[in-house]
Amino acid sequence: MSEAGIGSGQGTRAWLLSEYPASRMQARLGRAYATWLRFAANRLAVVGLAILIALVLVATFAGVLAPHSPYAGDLAGARLLPPLSPGHLLGTDDQGRDILSRLIYGSRLTLAVVLMVAVLTAPVGLLVGTVAGYAGGIIDTALMRVTDIFLAFPKLVLALALVAALGPGIENAVIAIAITSWPPYARMARAETLAVRHADYIDAIRLMGASPLRIVLRHVMPMCLSSLIVRVTLDMAGIILIAAGLGFLGLGAQPPAPEWGAMIASGRRFILDQWWVATMPGMAILIVSLGFNLVGDGLRDALDPREAER
Amino acid sequence: MTDAVPALSLAGVNVAYDGYRALADVSLNVAAGEAFGLVGESGSGKSTLLRAIAGLAPVTAGTLRVEGETLTGQRRGRAFHARVQMVFQDPYGSLHPRHTIDRQLLEPLAIHGVDATSPRILRALDEVGLGAGFRFRYPHQLSGGQRQRVAIARALILEPAILLLDEPTSALDASVQAEVLNLLEQVRAERGLTYVLVSHDLGVVTHMCDRLAVMHGGRIVEELPADDLVAGRIGTDYTRKLMVASAGFRRGSDGHGHADE
Repeated sequence: MSEAGIGSGQGTRAWLLSEYPASRMQARLGRAYATWLRFAANRLAVVGLAILIALVLVATFAGVLAPHSPYAGDLAGARLLPPLSPGHLLGTDDQGRDILSRLIYGSRLTLAVVLMVAVLTAPVGLLVGTVAGYAGGIIDTALMRVTDIFLAFPKLVLALALVAALGPGIENAVIAIAITSWPPYARMARAETLAVRHADYIDAIRLMGASPLRIVLRHVMPMCLSSLIVRVTLDMAGIILIAAGLGFLGLGAQPPAPEWGAMIASGRRFILDQWWVATMPGMAILIVSLGFNLVGDGLRDALDPREAER
Repeated sequence: MTDAVPALSLAGVNVAYDGYRALADVSLNVAAGEAFGLVGESGSGKSTLLRAIAGLAPVTAGTLRVEGETLTGQRRGRAFHARVQMVFQDPYGSLHPRHTIDRQLLEPLAIHGVDATSPRILRALDEVGLGAGFRFRYPHQLSGGQRQRVAIARALILEPAILLLDEPTSALDASVQAEVLNLLEQVRAERGLTYVLVSHDLGVVTHMCDRLAVMHGGRIVEELPADDLVAGRIGTDYTRKLMVASAGFRRGSDGHGHADE
């Protein structure tokens, strides 16, 4: 670890790692910084984070970065050009569209799917799990049986059925994936809640007169949050794959949207002669999934509560 | 003592967990300003008795009164929480691991809608001998004794009249034990608090308490003044056995204790 830094850098570091923080903000930032140090100690996790930051930047600046339009192709002059052709770094597809540009615009769809699924599923799973675990009794039984029912369906098949019922499209794919991916979070949150609900610090806060709602929101949930973050990050790779799978089956994003799974599907027809059409989006999916997995692994080490206890 | 309303009054209290009777017909009175000790071996029901008063254990029969007001079931009103507080045995488990000390002390104030929280938190820390420097630290940055001081500060911040102490020093080193006990004595002297102290250490109880009850198998075997216990004026065989066991343990730990450590 490089300790060398300019004077002000060291001052900031000392301020962050102070054993005697002087304000709420400093305590919070110091804790975040300590977590970051644990995360950064894992080289692969930093590589994963770099991949994800690159994904976000590419998605944000797609309009500037893409050399061609993702939709308009040159059917007459540029059909199925191989990679490294002049003007088309990764080649073109069967409609003469630049694959690199489509991949760059496709990153927006991937990122949107991942973010929306995370925003929709994580809070639902957390709420259902913590309420069931803390309340116990009939509420617990009811909530967990509903969770079990959702868990009993094969994920992709239920997603397929939902998309078939709602109609194909990226929004419906997101809804389908969200409905099928919250139950594991609920189970995990419930297990964590059961582990802490009889802890002395929960009894202590009950004795302070806190309402059950306050206990669940402010005292139980923070204990479940770190493992939830790790789990959601690790699941992101799977979510990208399901979204791509739905796209591949023609039930996700619809043409001409440059969704990576749909791109693989359209390249399937010439996979032997023009391998790059299907391979390039496949590589993109691989790299982004790997990025999420590496970050998830790093977060698991950095956020481990036993680690933070020390 | 007889004409005043007792701070705490239990009559025929039973506690059962899934059919297992943890407390059987316990009756006792604790006068206001008194320090009352509960002793007994592990599993004798001392901690359960405290938890029953606090509303953390299922009371199946009997009546509990705090300053003349009857408590029903496990529900406790806001007034109760401001009057009765508890310090737990394990300072490593009784503080929320993800909250700063500031947040731990702020929470009771926020629940009870107290204004001007900042000076109160600083005063509470000062009272238990921790400076303002500790305010924004996390529990894992504190030692066991410091944590227990925070737990005491948290229990005192609502200015209760009755403090339930569940083996407050048994998880601490011998030297820190004395510090925490002195702190508790000093606080009681300043505020005129009523203590109910649970301990398996007869030395701690006779030092801290005016009166004590000996518990065995969920029942109160004997109630006696602490001075009588010291002088050996004991009414039941069980108490005598407990005293002998306690003394024997002390001799043993002096002689051979280090071999095991």
